[in-house]
Amino acid sequence: MVMERQGRTGARGVDPAASSGYDEHPPRMGFFTDTSVCIGCKACEVACKEWNAVPEDGLNFTGMSFDNSEGLGADTWRHVAFIEQRAPLGHQESGVGRGGTVTDLGMPSFTRPGDTTGAEERGDFRWLMASDVCKHCTHAACLDVCPTGALFRTEFGTVVVQEDICNGCGYCVPACPYGVIDKREDDGRVWKCTLCYDRLGAGLEPACAKACPTDSIQFGELDELRERAQRRVAAMHEAGVASARLYGEDPDDGVGGAGAFFLLLDEPEVYGLPPDPVVTTRDLPSMWRHAGVAALTLLAGLSLTFLRRRT
Amino acid sequence: MNTSEVTREGIRGARPDHDAIPGSAGRRRPRRGGRGERLMVPKAEFRSYYGKPVLNQIVWAPYDIGGYLFLGGLAGASSVLAAGAELSGRPVLARAMKIGALGAISGSVVALVHDLGRPARFVNMLRVFKPSSPMSVGSWLLACYGPLAGAAAVTDVTGLLPRLGRAAAVGAAAFGPAVAAYTAPLICDTAVPAWHEGHREMPFVFVGSGAAAAGGLGMLAAPVEQAGPARRAALFGAALEVGAAQVMRRRMGMVAEPYGRGSAGVLMRAASALTLAGAAAGTVLGRRSRAAAATAGVALLAGSLCTRLGVFQAGVASARDPRYTVVPQRARADARDAGTADGAGDARTGVPAQRGEQG
Repeated sequence: MVMERQGRTGARGVDPAASSGYDEHPPRMGFFTDTSVCIGCKACEVACKEWNAVPEDGLNFTGMSFDNSEGLGADTWRHVAFIEQRAPLGHQESGVGRGGTVTDLGMPSFTRPGDTTGAEERGDFRWLMASDVCKHCTHAACLDVCPTGALFRTEFGTVVVQEDICNGCGYCVPACPYGVIDKREDDGRVWKCTLCYDRLGAGLEPACAKACPTDSIQFGELDELRERAQRRVAAMHEAGVASARLYGEDPDDGVGGAGAFFLLLDEPEVYGLPPDPVVTTRDLPSMWRHAGVAALTLLAGLSLTFLRRRT
Repeated sequence: MNTSEVTREGIRGARPDHDAIPGSAGRRRPRRGGRGERLMVPKAEFRSYYGKPVLNQIVWAPYDIGGYLFLGGLAGASSVLAAGAELSGRPVLARAMKIGALGAISGSVVALVHDLGRPARFVNMLRVFKPSSPMSVGSWLLACYGPLAGAAAVTDVTGLLPRLGRAAAVGAAAFGPAVAAYTAPLICDTAVPAWHEGHREMPFVFVGSGAAAAGGLGMLAAPVEQAGPARRAALFGAALEVGAAQVMRRRMGMVAEPYGRGSAGVLMRAASALTLAGAAAGTVLGRRSRAAAATAGVALLAGSLCTRLGVFQAGVASARDPRYTVVPQRARADARDAGTADGAGDARTGVPAQRGEQG
């Protein structure tokens, strides 16, 4: 929201905690999710559910690679995406069916891998995995539009729902440009990642980051994470992984920079992320102006109907 | 697993950088000039994650919130007509519009509360006042407008406290246009493409729809001698609504598609047909025949309801299809990247900065 943009600090971007009224506060905390080292183990999904007592989110089989939780929602606060692509990863030689020959690996199956596809279908392969989470935006639409004040900004710069205040109006759900927050149907209220606000207050890191065996999910001070991510993406480019890019890291983007940002190996939309999200309330001043003119038009138009007296 | 600790001063025991670079091992066909990766397939029109929507789906019930938009517009515009009718000596029209406004606003509040996940916590809407939340602004508007509309109707019907009643009618007319207009920012202040991209014109669509509905109610409820302003209001509202909707859809580009497809398309077409027919019939026949006026009035009310439900359904459809989220954003991002690659360009708008002198 434009009104928040006063709280500039020496660091890059807006300090959301300061602009929300915290005079003294700990540094802004966030996640850097480096998807290049994600192995798709879903320990983050499980740890999140266990720690936060998030209910079961449906025992579905989707056929979407190894993804059966489909996306973030009221009952899925970490979501691991799986994308299978016929593309190489950096310098890697997948060796799948190279030269049109098929190798028998001695595995118990009816056909050998690649037998049925034909030579043109064999070759490069990469499997992208990425653990998605609430972005804890600098300019958070869910927080801006919440009419009850149930959503609030914490001293760590994160965005959290107070479940004892939320009345389930559902406004934050379509306001989120990432499709994160959602309503729990049998409960009536909205739920999302809290960046483990309770753990942060007790000096612990969030459950998902704690459980991540490859440190794909890295938790820390946002400024430090951004520097670390820059080094990481530079190293990956150096190594020939030209598709590596940061997503949500830029404090000048449409949400003022995300508190949880990512290193991706393809375009964001491939992972189900919006390519160029903008906080909807950026246009709210214009909306109020147009609504004001429309209201005056209505008043003027209806007043004019009484000018010609007809009895 | 890692062992770092969060302290008030920051992280203790932070981990060192990783050096595991996936894809760095091996050597890839050197003729590709060191850049290991290449695009295997030509770029499709747009890419998505298994066709899943980017946004989470709108949780509002169509009849609750679509009905709420309709009733709010009807109430707000009716209050303006009621005050005008009262001040210009049209008591039957005034009474009808006051009762209509009270009924509509009561219905809209019921619909709003019914749609809440926790209806008992409705009063939490008045816990804070947030200009950044159109729903908060709207709750306070309703809290001011509702009692005025109620007082205006009750004093008129009972004949008690006529001066207070007249003041309440004027007060309700002052808040009425805001009540009719604010619902446009309410839905446009979301990431729903078909709503957000129409945020400039939607208020005009909505106040036009409200005026047409209130005009229709006036024609339905008041005798033809007193319903002249209602007929003109219907004509004004219908022209404003249909015109603004046209401009909106033209300006939105591909994001306007949901307004012409599926249930939203049916509703929007029905809305313009009913609204235009009702306004035309009301203007031509409504001054001669009470029955024709009443029929036109019903058509106008139905048209306004169809408009609101159509807009609602178009929003639902645009949130469900990732195309409407991804394609415009991808175009914006690509334009910006092209701009920065040239070394000049406004990253926000994607407009190249070095465009040369304007001739």
